[in-house]
Amino acid sequence: MAEVRYREALNQALREEMQADESVFIMGEDVGVFQGAFKVTAGLLEEFGEKRVRDTPISENTIVGMGVGAAMGGLRPVVEIMTINFSLLAMDQIVNSAASIRYMFNAQVKVPLVIRMPQGGGHQLGPTHSHSLEAWFLHVPGLLVAVPSTPADAKGLLKAAIRDDNPVIFIEHEALYGKKGEVPENGEPLRFGEAAVRREGDDVTIVGVSRMAATALQAAETLATEHEVEADVIDPRTLRPLDLDTILESVRKTNRAVIVEEGWPHGGVGANFAALIQEQAFDYLDAPVARVTGADIPMPYSKPLEQAAFPHEEHVVQAALATFRDL
Amino acid sequence: MATEEATGAGMPDEAGVEQPIHDLPGEETCRLILQKMLLIRRFEERAGEMYAKARIGGFLHLCIGEEATIVGATQALADGDYLMSTYREHGQALARGTEPERVMAELFGKVDGCSGGRGGSMHLFDFERRFLGGYGIVGGSLPLSAGVALAADYGETEDAVLSMMGDGATNQGTFSETMNLAALWSLPVVFLVINNQFGMGTSLERHSAVTDLSQKSEGFGVPGSRCDGMDVLDTHAVVSNALRCAREERRPQLVEAVTYRYRGHSMADPEEYRSKEEVEEWRRRDPINNFRKRVTEDGMLSDDDVEKLDSEAQKRIEEAVEFAENSPFPDLAALYDDVYVMEGSSPHAWWLVDQRSPETHRGEAERDAGDVAQELAEAGAAYAGEDVTSERRSRRTPRGDDQGEGEPAEESRDEEGGAD
Repeated sequence: MAEVRYREALNQALREEMQADESVFIMGEDVGVFQGAFKVTAGLLEEFGEKRVRDTPISENTIVGMGVGAAMGGLRPVVEIMTINFSLLAMDQIVNSAASIRYMFNAQVKVPLVIRMPQGGGHQLGPTHSHSLEAWFLHVPGLLVAVPSTPADAKGLLKAAIRDDNPVIFIEHEALYGKKGEVPENGEPLRFGEAAVRREGDDVTIVGVSRMAATALQAAETLATEHEVEADVIDPRTLRPLDLDTILESVRKTNRAVIVEEGWPHGGVGANFAALIQEQAFDYLDAPVARVTGADIPMPYSKPLEQAAFPHEEHVVQAALATFRDL
Repeated sequence: MATEEATGAGMPDEAGVEQPIHDLPGEETCRLILQKMLLIRRFEERAGEMYAKARIGGFLHLCIGEEATIVGATQALADGDYLMSTYREHGQALARGTEPERVMAELFGKVDGCSGGRGGSMHLFDFERRFLGGYGIVGGSLPLSAGVALAADYGETEDAVLSMMGDGATNQGTFSETMNLAALWSLPVVFLVINNQFGMGTSLERHSAVTDLSQKSEGFGVPGSRCDGMDVLDTHAVVSNALRCAREERRPQLVEAVTYRYRGHSMADPEEYRSKEEVEEWRRRDPINNFRKRVTEDGMLSDDDVEKLDSEAQKRIEEAVEFAENSPFPDLAALYDDVYVMEGSSPHAWWLVDQRSPETHRGEAERDAGDVAQELAEAGAAYAGEDVTSERRSRRTPRGDDQGEGEPAEESRDEEGGAD
């Protein structure tokens, strides 16, 4: 297996799918001449030309809406939104159009659209460029939501997203673009709805979302070496569809669950998972389901404040240990 | 013709008709135009009555007064062209050829409706006829229509898109964004602004600084023109030319059709924002009456011919109502169908809450619960109803001694998740 960066893995997925299918094209702000704000689309304009790699004006709602229309017209658009906060300008088209059209028009059309965008804090970009909003999209029936945390998943899930006939919200993470990892060379897509068990242990289940899957894994190593606690670490990889079985199976084994996400706590992914776990594995729980989330504030700029506003390894360790407290 | 929008009889001669600027087309075309305009008007009248009888739910936006705009514009389309519209779109679907039965059934929320009863009045759709929808968000369909035009262009077809909006939509951000992109990418799309003088209850001069709406797209690179939306032939001529530019020269166009809706914004509209006199003034320019007058004075059709067309339209609408009455409501078992295309996806993954069960989301015994869902739904119970709740409780092991022991983590949880 070759070791490649997350952004290169995404780039490979785009290139391979565009080579395989003429109806796949890219549009977004600065995806062409500029090569992408995070260089994910580097080299694609040169290879595929302006018809298939389209620089757009800064008009998020219309870019997404045109993607929906083009998908209704038989194409497979991959729309890049520069950062997840900008997708809020497109929420009308994402929710009222992309997610609803197939159902409200009684399955007369499908919307095979991918909307790619990065999220996450750590680069001091302040409250309009750093949020983690996967919960917003998870909330909406009709959308699929992918949150890849490794280069292999980034490639395999993006390929699956492009081939999928549903609108897919594909959430990358700014802090992961430079991370290296092994990526299979067979070019096979992964399947949505299959979680990855990153580590096995019998004592506590830690579910990490997006970049927090990596943070959870680090915490698990610390728990093992310093606290003799062995954790199952699960990366759901897609939030919708969700591989709930894998999470429940783990919780039934460990009797404890910690959910780690970078987004806000109220109405968050962790809140949702906690509800599902207590509904379906209540009798197996030896402690309340714990959540580790981003701070309930707009993301601040100043470095110490920003660092304090999203979860780190030690928060996850503390939360995992707390599930053993008083029991 | 007992209804208030009765055409023909008793119209005064000084009917405010502008001098006709287009010659009449052939007899068959004139007959078709009248037939379609009458069908739309009779449909809308009956739909209004059915709404009053509570056969139709939600909002109902009638297009009476706008028939010439709708028919004139849609007659300019080729078979392969796409039509997209707003939520005031019964007439558009009918003009494109969707059977009145299927439109009325949709308003009734019935399974034979053109959107299977899932869309309702504001969300009609007929893919086969390339009528790609009514849309409930003002301006929301504009980017979609440019996207469909992009697909037509990408596939190197000769198909064009006719994208309709109301005057109110010209104030949305999507209007300027879409005009810019359509012009920038030379897309085969014609935007038709159906200026019926009101964005809901706010008159044109109160909602738009520029009231000549044909000017609003020019700065974005989309040339605008205007037509008399009360004159079916003028609308047809101007939209035809615009479609030719869009299709052959890849120059998107905007056409403003100046028209009027006689009825309120929806059926729930006391119409306090306009005077009876104003409505009467526009009624004197009634598109159906005036076209009828021309074709009968010309001798192309007799009054009897027109009466016959009208009675045929009324008969057709009666059949549509009967069809809608008799069509069943959608099967409750289909409630969760078609939110997703499921083919080729992981079969065991979990897509929709309560997709398969009224139990606690997806209970461990969910595979046995299908019948319960059906029974509850048929009884009209919400899936979180009492019966479910009690059953849910009984399935659980009693908490017993464990109760309360999980407390300590409660307070500390936020801190753990927070910024400390």
